[in-house]
Amino acid sequence: MSQYTVIGLRVERAGPLALLQDAGRFGVRRLGVTQGGPADLHGWAWANRLAGNPWGTAALEITFGGLTLVAERDLTLAVAGADLGATLEGSPLPLWETVMVREGQRLTFGSPRHGLRAYLAVAGGFHAEPVLGSVSCVVREGLGGFDGRGSKLADGDRLAVRADAGRRVAKQEVPEGERPDYAEPATLALLPGAQVADFSGDSLFAAFNRPWRVDDRADRMGVRLTGPRLTCRIGSLISEGIGLGAVQVPPDGQPIALLNDRQTIGGYPRLGALTPLAASRLAQCLPGQALRLRPTTPERSLAALRRFRDAVAG
Amino acid sequence: MRQYLGLPRIESAGLDGWMVRLFDRIDEGNLAWLGALARRCEEEFGEALVDLVPSYTTLLVVFDPLRLAPATARLRLQSLLATLEPDEAVGTGEVHELPTWYDPSVGPDLERVARHAGMSVQAVIDCHAGRDYRVFALGFAPGFAFMGLLDERLEVPRLDTPRQKVPRGSVAITGRQTAAYPAVTPGGWNLLGRTAARLFDRDRDGFSLLRVGDRVRFVAVDRATFERQGGDATPMEALP
Repeated sequence: MSQYTVIGLRVERAGPLALLQDAGRFGVRRLGVTQGGPADLHGWAWANRLAGNPWGTAALEITFGGLTLVAERDLTLAVAGADLGATLEGSPLPLWETVMVREGQRLTFGSPRHGLRAYLAVAGGFHAEPVLGSVSCVVREGLGGFDGRGSKLADGDRLAVRADAGRRVAKQEVPEGERPDYAEPATLALLPGAQVADFSGDSLFAAFNRPWRVDDRADRMGVRLTGPRLTCRIGSLISEGIGLGAVQVPPDGQPIALLNDRQTIGGYPRLGALTPLAASRLAQCLPGQALRLRPTTPERSLAALRRFRDAVAG
Repeated sequence: MRQYLGLPRIESAGLDGWMVRLFDRIDEGNLAWLGALARRCEEEFGEALVDLVPSYTTLLVVFDPLRLAPATARLRLQSLLATLEPDEAVGTGEVHELPTWYDPSVGPDLERVARHAGMSVQAVIDCHAGRDYRVFALGFAPGFAFMGLLDERLEVPRLDTPRQKVPRGSVAITGRQTAAYPAVTPGGWNLLGRTAARLFDRDRDGFSLLRVGDRVRFVAVDRATFERQGGDATPMEALP
């Protein structure tokens, strides 16, 4: 810890999965190191913006809830993304807006009401030593996080923040139109990929016209979807790089959408790739939720990404 | 690079990526072209370049679509491919020797591979250690290098049921490939032995011992040497 950092929060109860995430680990995928970073870029980016932080600042990704934190000093913070029934000293914590927390106050995350992952940003950001250029915590690879070794939060952890984390930040709220309704069935925009023509016509019709259900085999590596069986005349490819949001279809015909902690290379044919915002939206879907896939174009998805980035940048 | 049978080809890989497909089969000769392409991308994409993922026949080029429009990125790749020349100086240029203790206690599939190949265990060891391999790709886990090509006689499929925990340093084969596990992970490859080499080290410059294009040679050592080098000789079945 440097002279500019102090302990900001103590973990009273860690819950199932809380991870430190900056924008991700880049430039090292050729070494087999995955991207990491926030599974829901949208919620993560807004939490940082509300806390007055620039793009890329490390925030906590809280999956499922079950986390209790105690403020070790006055803090300015914001929670965006999923509604995990968060409370501050027993009262509902407002989401999607800047909040002041006093030393000694208790911040508790319950269980998912809408969405799956909440993002907690503190003014100035959490502090950890970067590993391979990033503090993003990838448990499977043992990289990043507060200890540098890929550990999720544990009971008793003391979380370092910048010394000015209690500074006043102009109170902000996220406009209503930028707050997703995670209870609504998601429609995920997908850019068709190179192997799309190798799927049967029936499969392509089904993929974009029938509902899909989020399987319980879902984590930061990928989310399995169950629904119509897709058939592709290619069983496997020579392994090649996999981008964020790639929707691969193994021989069982049930697609897997690959997220931030995916393997860097793989050999299943792909229907295409979810747009960055669609991958973010998928990360907020609970097992059992229904969703649909919708084909899109690079122009439309780039315009949507630009709108989002402009809105977050203010 | 000359167009031949539709290759090279630039394929959609999402909003922020283009998959450049140079070849349709695995060959050592691919490495010089893929290496040259990666270098040119680094030079010509500059700040907009986010990541490069080379593999056997392809290079995935990941860029920031807000800095460089996907259509512009594609045009840049097209013009770059038109003038691409192979570059033999791919990888670190080093020949890495991986000292390996081949023994059934740490290579529980050694005897089965020997039976499958109709060879003695010693012949399997001599065959595996008897040639240089090239690193075609890294993936699966940090520092996990896919190397080939293995002697055809040692070609065995993956295990039907992958092991939950493969010990660090395990030297393994499947198909015409070989690899060494940098860390404890699940794994379905056939284990022949163990190396004490540190394959991935966050404190090392470059992190990974092996890079795409590097040459690798496995050198058989005895147990005493393996342990002196810092290897963990705990037998497979005794591991937690």
